[in-house]
Amino acid sequence: MNRFDYVRPHTVAEAIAAAAMPGSAYLAAGTNLLDLMKIGAARPARLVDLNYLSGLDAIEQLPDGGVRIGARVRNADLAHDAAFRRQFPAVCEALLSGASAQLRNVATVGGNLLQRTRCAYFQDTASACNRRAPGSGCDARGGENRLHAVLGWSEGCIATHPSDFCVPLVALGAVVEIEGPAGARAIPLQDFHLLPGETPERESVLTPGELVVAVRLPPEAAGFAAQSRYVKLRERTSYAFAVVSAAAGLRIENGRITEARLALGGVAAKPWRAEAAEAALAGAAPGAAAFRHAAELALAGARPSGDNAFKIELAQRIAIRALTLAAAGTPDRLPALPASPFAPIPGGLHG
Amino acid sequence: MAEVLHMRHGSNAGQPITRRDGVLKVTGQARYAADNHPPDMLHAVLAGSRIARGRVVSMDIEAAQAHPGVVAVMAPGNRPPLALHPDDKSVPFSFCLDLLQDDRVRYAGQPIAVVIAETLEAATEGAALLAARYEAEPVEVTLDAEEVFVPQAVGVGDPGEFWHGDVEGGLAAAARRLEATYETPQQFHNAMEPHSVVAAWDGDALSLDMPTQGLALTQMRLAALFGIRAEGIHIRSPFLGGGFGSKLLTGPQVLGILAAKLVGRPVKLVLRRDQMYGPVTHRAPTRQRLRIGATEDGALTAIHHHVRTAVSRFDEFFEPAAGISRTLYAAPAIAITNEAVRLDTGTPGFMRAPGLASGSIALESAIDELAQACAMDPLEFRLRNYAEVEPVSGRSFSSKALRECYAEGAARFGWAGRPLESRQMRDENGLLVGWGVGTATFPAHMFQAAARAVLRRDGTGLVETGAHDMGQGAWTVFAQIAADSLGLDVEQVEFRAGSSDLPDAGIAGGSGHTATAGSAIQAAGEQVIARLTELALTDPRSPLFGAGNVGVVPRKGRLVRWDDENRGESFADILARAGVAEIEGHGSGAADTAMAERYAMQAHGAVFAEVKVDPDLGQIRATRLVGAFAAGRIINPRLVRSQYYGGMIWGVSFALHERAVLDPRTGRVMNADLGEYHVPVNADVPSLEAILVEEDDPHVNALGIKGVGEIGITGTAGAIANAVWHATGIRVRHFPIGIERMLREARAPGTAG
Amino acid sequence: MSLSVTLTINRVPRTVELDDPRVTLLDLLRERLDLTGTKKGCDRGQCGACTVLLNGRRVNACLALAISHDGAEILTIEGLAESGVLHPVQAAFIAHDALQCGFCTPGQIMSAIGLIGEGQAGDDPERVREGMSGNLCRCGAYRGITEAVIEATHDMTVTTTREEAA
Repeated sequence: MNRFDYVRPHTVAEAIAAAAMPGSAYLAAGTNLLDLMKIGAARPARLVDLNYLSGLDAIEQLPDGGVRIGARVRNADLAHDAAFRRQFPAVCEALLSGASAQLRNVATVGGNLLQRTRCAYFQDTASACNRRAPGSGCDARGGENRLHAVLGWSEGCIATHPSDFCVPLVALGAVVEIEGPAGARAIPLQDFHLLPGETPERESVLTPGELVVAVRLPPEAAGFAAQSRYVKLRERTSYAFAVVSAAAGLRIENGRITEARLALGGVAAKPWRAEAAEAALAGAAPGAAAFRHAAELALAGARPSGDNAFKIELAQRIAIRALTLAAAGTPDRLPALPASPFAPIPGGLHG
Repeated sequence: MAEVLHMRHGSNAGQPITRRDGVLKVTGQARYAADNHPPDMLHAVLAGSRIARGRVVSMDIEAAQAHPGVVAVMAPGNRPPLALHPDDKSVPFSFCLDLLQDDRVRYAGQPIAVVIAETLEAATEGAALLAARYEAEPVEVTLDAEEVFVPQAVGVGDPGEFWHGDVEGGLAAAARRLEATYETPQQFHNAMEPHSVVAAWDGDALSLDMPTQGLALTQMRLAALFGIRAEGIHIRSPFLGGGFGSKLLTGPQVLGILAAKLVGRPVKLVLRRDQMYGPVTHRAPTRQRLRIGATEDGALTAIHHHVRTAVSRFDEFFEPAAGISRTLYAAPAIAITNEAVRLDTGTPGFMRAPGLASGSIALESAIDELAQACAMDPLEFRLRNYAEVEPVSGRSFSSKALRECYAEGAARFGWAGRPLESRQMRDENGLLVGWGVGTATFPAHMFQAAARAVLRRDGTGLVETGAHDMGQGAWTVFAQIAADSLGLDVEQVEFRAGSSDLPDAGIAGGSGHTATAGSAIQAAGEQVIARLTELALTDPRSPLFGAGNVGVVPRKGRLVRWDDENRGESFADILARAGVAEIEGHGSGAADTAMAERYAMQAHGAVFAEVKVDPDLGQIRATRLVGAFAAGRIINPRLVRSQYYGGMIWGVSFALHERAVLDPRTGRVMNADLGEYHVPVNADVPSLEAILVEEDDPHVNALGIKGVGEIGITGTAGAIANAVWHATGIRVRHFPIGIERMLREARAPGTAG
Repeated sequence: MSLSVTLTINRVPRTVELDDPRVTLLDLLRERLDLTGTKKGCDRGQCGACTVLLNGRRVNACLALAISHDGAEILTIEGLAESGVLHPVQAAFIAHDALQCGFCTPGQIMSAIGLIGEGQAGDDPERVREGMSGNLCRCGAYRGITEAVIEATHDMTVTTTREEAA
């Protein structure tokens, strides 16, 4: 870990001022940043420690029926908040399927949005990586890339965003509240992360010094509470990143889907909302045919970036599974193995 | 369920007592090597090579030294001299070491420098600041390497090639034949405790806190390397945080000792997790071709087990993966052949069940495939080919309760009624369910060990041997054996181990530690009792005077007549009257070579596995495992069960989880961490059972012990692969069985390569 | 700015001068305060060996800077047994042989206490296994660990109920 200046602000304004220096990084829980510093993939000149800020740590029920989550709210606290869980069960399921209990106890909402890719070539400082060292190339291309992106990637970068939490959030139309040197703004989560294109080093819309202060879920998002799920494929039963994942929310009236939400994880450099699929589901009868059609639309633009063509088929299948589970209804209690294929399947699989 | 408890009167062995080191371990007081912090100690951190082949052109040593707190940088130019070249293998069981002898790089992660600093933070950053530059050469890290050769020997002196009977004739005559290739990946031990050393020199005397599975071997090698007396080296290794074969002497630990020499102060060096994927050995990858045949009714006609494995460019260790085929099934013709390629990796070595783990998953898969071809239940097929004697030699087994293992395991698991065809069972959620079986086996090894026993004036005992506890329970089971040998309760015995100034206990490896060091302890205790007996029987004042003809036995601190245990005398009284302060005895343990020639000695077991597979998504979970094992006499059933559970979990890992991912362009391990190198977590093994099948072995050694530490992997890995086939109809021969392989094949069910 | 932090470690307040802001909570405990019961298995939050309770919650001490936690209460494995009496989780670990080499054990035990305190798993074995999956055990003591956690959960519930009744 490199040496750094350590700054301890007590207000958001102080934090933003302190982070104006180039090379600054905000330190929240540190579960991702400190790890990257230890392996040399991040070498900030200054750490602006957010652990002494007052505020940004509340889960607020808004008068319009939405919810505002402070950026410093811990993942576990959000997942175990009873009211929040009733409104947004798929978000809780996603949170509880991520990392370990120890990490969820400290990892923050803001940090989760901003976690960096798990691409081994990004982490390995001896490898070329345009995201870590702009212009150096991409050793993941032609390397070990079976888990890399199948959507929205570029020749310059094929990394994926690792968050579980962001997948249902983007499906539910979450909005990111930001404060910075130029003032405050709000950006839909869908537009918050950037696809790599020619500038993979730009991972989000944040400009230097800007700080995520909250994530807001709009009132209509709670309308999916009765029928929303998150499903995550892993290479072991727990404590692993997603190979692919999907969040689905449905509103069904009189045997027809009135509104659908669908997003995929592990497939792109951002949580991937499948709007064409959502549009196709609206008005359809819930069932295998509609879900398969939606899944195909969700992956319509997909292409392998390496030895990962299987992920395209897999992402379709997990989208179908998430929609199928959502149609069956949110369980009263989160399953013992959140988001796992080995959690109970209401009604069972037909095959 | 039948269990061996051996509840002989007055016996400690056989009792399921809890770990004697349990309190130390649950309170954080058990001191592992890296927990030591002598005064004036410095921290050392390795810098490892980022290329796999070539040479180091430059390092920014100035930048490292300029970091506050950095005391020294040790590189080839200033590394203190050694008496022996690091590649010299004149000491037994030596492997070539990388001790900064030159600027050459022969694998990724090879140590290229050591930074020594006042704090861990400074040393760590100092190592990063070295920013080495290299001249890289093309690398080869896959089994597809062009230059293939036939090793003279594999494992530890096993023949590289072995033919028994008419293999080609047997295959030609077979009504059912299978020829299939199975691949296993490079794996890393990943003991939870990283390799570490705290080293302090005092002149030519060397004091070390360092986990090792072989105190005396390590001491001998270090003495040769440094040109000092072995007796001047004191190694303390009371607890190993896991070893699994990786904790014989390694290069990084020697570098910590060299660093202490360089700076003239005590030094602690602990490997980072990523540094354990290079210089501390690994399980070599294998590509195994099985050719086997059977008659119409399922009698094996021949087995040919061919292995391609890999070794480093600069040393020798060949994974003996085919050896298991010599012993397990009764084929009239058996051939084993090996070939190898040289790769730009660290040298492979012993990893829990070396050879057998890799060979077992291939053989057990192939046997299942052939059973399927014969339309036979895979358990019935195994029983049809049960080896009553060792197939390649005709020797009897010293004992073999495998039939009982099959029966008890199958009954407990509920094997009866298993559908013969695949893809027949689903659970309440619609997940595919499959059942598989695998046979487990592991040879009963013996090494060399010595022990010392003392009966003290107060009637309590002291037993010493430099044994190693890496979790298997040495602190407990040796105390139990010691207590029995002296006729005392275990609480009356002080047991000392884990230090090089005690009698040589041999190595903790090959599942032979309990048998070997246990035999030494038993012999030492018996010698004490023999001397005590002589004192009593020849003393007219003793109630045992003249009892020589009926014999006497030690019981709970008393020597008593064999024919009447109420007549006797306490140890303390015998000693007191004789005016003897204490009685000392010495014993040794080693294989009885005559017996080892006459009998084949193997532990056996049968493992039954249930897996569930998501039919659409391909994720697999090993939902239920039942293992039944027969391994001779069981000293402590509680601890033995834990060994079996651990081995079975390694089998799950082998079949479903772990593999190192090497980038073929650079030779670097791209998942050198516990986040991406997957070993099972608690949720991966929801149900485990181990049955201890009674087995009395009068030949294997005086204690009748076979060893339990490694057998659990064998059988289990294959049972899971077979269960995956049974669940899905997909035969995956490439391990670990991954999601995409299931998915690819799910589209066109059949056989996956 | 001063680099000193005040921490209450195992119920004892102590002020620690930090000479370097890079010191993690784990390295502070192990290398500077001689509290070596907490182990370093990966230093990257991937194994759980360094689990301690930070303000009552289980966390990975390797991924926390000491300087970020001024005023925090920390409980480590050394602070569990009071006056020589083992904590119910410690006793259950021995009884169920929920350990082999012992290196992951302090982290497992602290994680188990955290899990029981969270109250989400109860005595449901599947929830306990999931909740303990952030602690790797390479020896494979998982079955005993799960049994020990469930037994300790019962013991601690009974104890609490008795205390409430008293």
